[in-house]
Amino acid sequence: MKHVISLSPHVHSGDSVQKNMYGVCIALVPALIASVWCFGLGAAVVLATSVAACVLCEWAITKFILRREVVTILDGSAVLTGLLLGFNLPSNLPLWIIIIGAVVAIGVGKMTFGGLGCNPFNPALVGRVFLLISFPVQMTTWPVAGSMGYLDCETAATPLAVMKYAIKSSDPGVLRQLPDSIDMLIGMTGGSLGEVSAICLLIGCAFMIWRKIITWHTPVSILVTVAVLAEVMHLVNPAYASAEYVLCSGGLMLGACFMATDYVTSPMTHKGQVIYGVAIGVLTVVIRFFGAYPEGMSFAILIMNAFTPLINTYVKPKRFGEVKK
Amino acid sequence: MSNIKVLLNGIVKENPTFVLLLGMCPTLGTTSSAINGMSMGLATMAVLICSNVVISAIKNLIPDAVRIPSFIVVIASFVTALQMLMQAFVPDIYATLGLFIPLIVVNCIILGRAEAFASKNGVVASAFDGIGMGLGFTIALTILGAVRELLGSGRVFNFEVYPEDYGMLMFVLAPGAFIVLGYLLAIFNKVKE
Amino acid sequence: MTNMALVLTLISVIAGGALAAVNEITKEPIKEINQRNLNDGIKRVILGSAEGELAVQEPWQADETTFIYATDKGTAVQTSVNGFGGEMQVLVGFDEEGTIKGYTILKTAETPGLGVKADTWFQEGGKGCIIGKNPSSANLTVSKDGGEVDAITASTITSRAFLRAVQQAYDAFKGCDANSGASPQQH
Repeated sequence: MKHVISLSPHVHSGDSVQKNMYGVCIALVPALIASVWCFGLGAAVVLATSVAACVLCEWAITKFILRREVVTILDGSAVLTGLLLGFNLPSNLPLWIIIIGAVVAIGVGKMTFGGLGCNPFNPALVGRVFLLISFPVQMTTWPVAGSMGYLDCETAATPLAVMKYAIKSSDPGVLRQLPDSIDMLIGMTGGSLGEVSAICLLIGCAFMIWRKIITWHTPVSILVTVAVLAEVMHLVNPAYASAEYVLCSGGLMLGACFMATDYVTSPMTHKGQVIYGVAIGVLTVVIRFFGAYPEGMSFAILIMNAFTPLINTYVKPKRFGEVKK
Repeated sequence: MSNIKVLLNGIVKENPTFVLLLGMCPTLGTTSSAINGMSMGLATMAVLICSNVVISAIKNLIPDAVRIPSFIVVIASFVTALQMLMQAFVPDIYATLGLFIPLIVVNCIILGRAEAFASKNGVVASAFDGIGMGLGFTIALTILGAVRELLGSGRVFNFEVYPEDYGMLMFVLAPGAFIVLGYLLAIFNKVKE
Repeated sequence: MTNMALVLTLISVIAGGALAAVNEITKEPIKEINQRNLNDGIKRVILGSAEGELAVQEPWQADETTFIYATDKGTAVQTSVNGFGGEMQVLVGFDEEGTIKGYTILKTAETPGLGVKADTWFQEGGKGCIIGKNPSSANLTVSKDGGEVDAITASTITSRAFLRAVQQAYDAFKGCDANSGASPQQH
């Protein structure tokens, strides 16, 4: 019999990779329902394709290229990557682009480095950013919430685009085009599948914290940093959107709760996670307000993924009985 | 070592790009298409052969202490001459590569071969080393350029393979160069085994 | 010690001499090519695809990067702006009223596949056609900024830069017109 040992961080006793991965998947269910509610058939097609393509790709690579026994396929990590990738795409994306995204996410982002536990970057984000840069046109034409079809959808500017335009034209009046902040919290705004409903993502996040799948450190430090920074900027210059809009728009909630908290690519210690979270928050606000792209969450997380080994080196937990020199 | 062996050494065993990993700046910067990659490789090869020959010819005249500055002067002269000649006689290629031509001066392969080979071997052997290394570099850059062009814009040597709309833009941009180089290195190592 | 200095000096002198010789050989062809490129460009932006000869006058420099070439059938203005990837050099042709007759991009470092589309996007038949428009009556900015030109898909920054270059060229053209006669012959 062959034993499969996954790499650190080793989770607490009684836990398994499988249990945690499916826990995260369960936590994504409210957001999944919200996105299907908003985008109907399109959402279902995109998510199903993404998950199927990710699982298939991982299976094919393990079997035919690495020639290993195919055991990791059921640990749920490929399913999760597929789900998260799907949540990062607009609902009118052609199938072949989704499949390319899945192949890049699993093939380049994960299996090249040796599979689960060895990848330095969040695979789903690698896939998303690859698609964003490779197919900028298709990746940035967002369907309006409530358009239920696939491919043939009415498209419109997202709240993020409105915010960016307000900054570019330095006209705070533009911000009045934004939907009500309560609407943005509940959902029904244009964007990627996982960007529609902040509240559903928060419910999922609360579920994960309750089940001890993740700790509060990363998401809370990201959200607080973004909120404080955005509010300060808003007070200085009202053309910058206020905190509640910045928090509820785009992939911020999805990123803070589900992408930044990925075990493999985030720091191990709580202190490290807070540093990591704050840095992601700062980078996100900087990219959103001053960068070329309207959304900065995925870039911020990928940049901090690269810093994770450094944080792990310098922020170590105090050993039991250690005396300060 | 026979001259043929010297030649093959540069193409396979000590391929400057895939084995020595030298001259990465032009490798990553100019390979957005097969034509660009090949032109850069050929330009580098021309400088490499000339500098190898000249340096091996004058190696006994140069005191050891001023070896490196002398090499650099020789290399820089050839590069400048090449730049002017290209600008005058092949303006189309110069338009796409212009920015990178002066950078041939600091391409590690050229100084590296001057130091490691030309300053220790005869003129003929050095010329063969220049040809071998230059060919190795050219082949590597052409492959890299062809793969990037194929994936990024659906063409190889400007010959359309599939519609450009399906191309993955990332591969034409800088990050794509790193990704493709990484996979080519992996394949090269696998094949060499 | 003297030996070292001697050898280095000798090498430098020989190298310098060789370069001077190459420079001598290539000077004329390079100048010719540059002149030909510019003339082709001027012809293209003023005459379009029509055949014909142009009498191009001596260029007049409006500022560091802007050159005005007056001809008997219109005026071509060469100017440069900072695009998304670096310097973008544009040549725009105007008729006497300032209506845009054509343009060409002389030098660009825009993103392949995206920004480089500026080459055709704003031409006749392109989605953001500016040919035949006059910057004094038409608002030549991208529609996102309230103008009437459709930006290149996913390359708003390049489009903005290009339209800024057109505006810059037009301003130089107007400025030249206002001091008309203040062209180089007068001093």
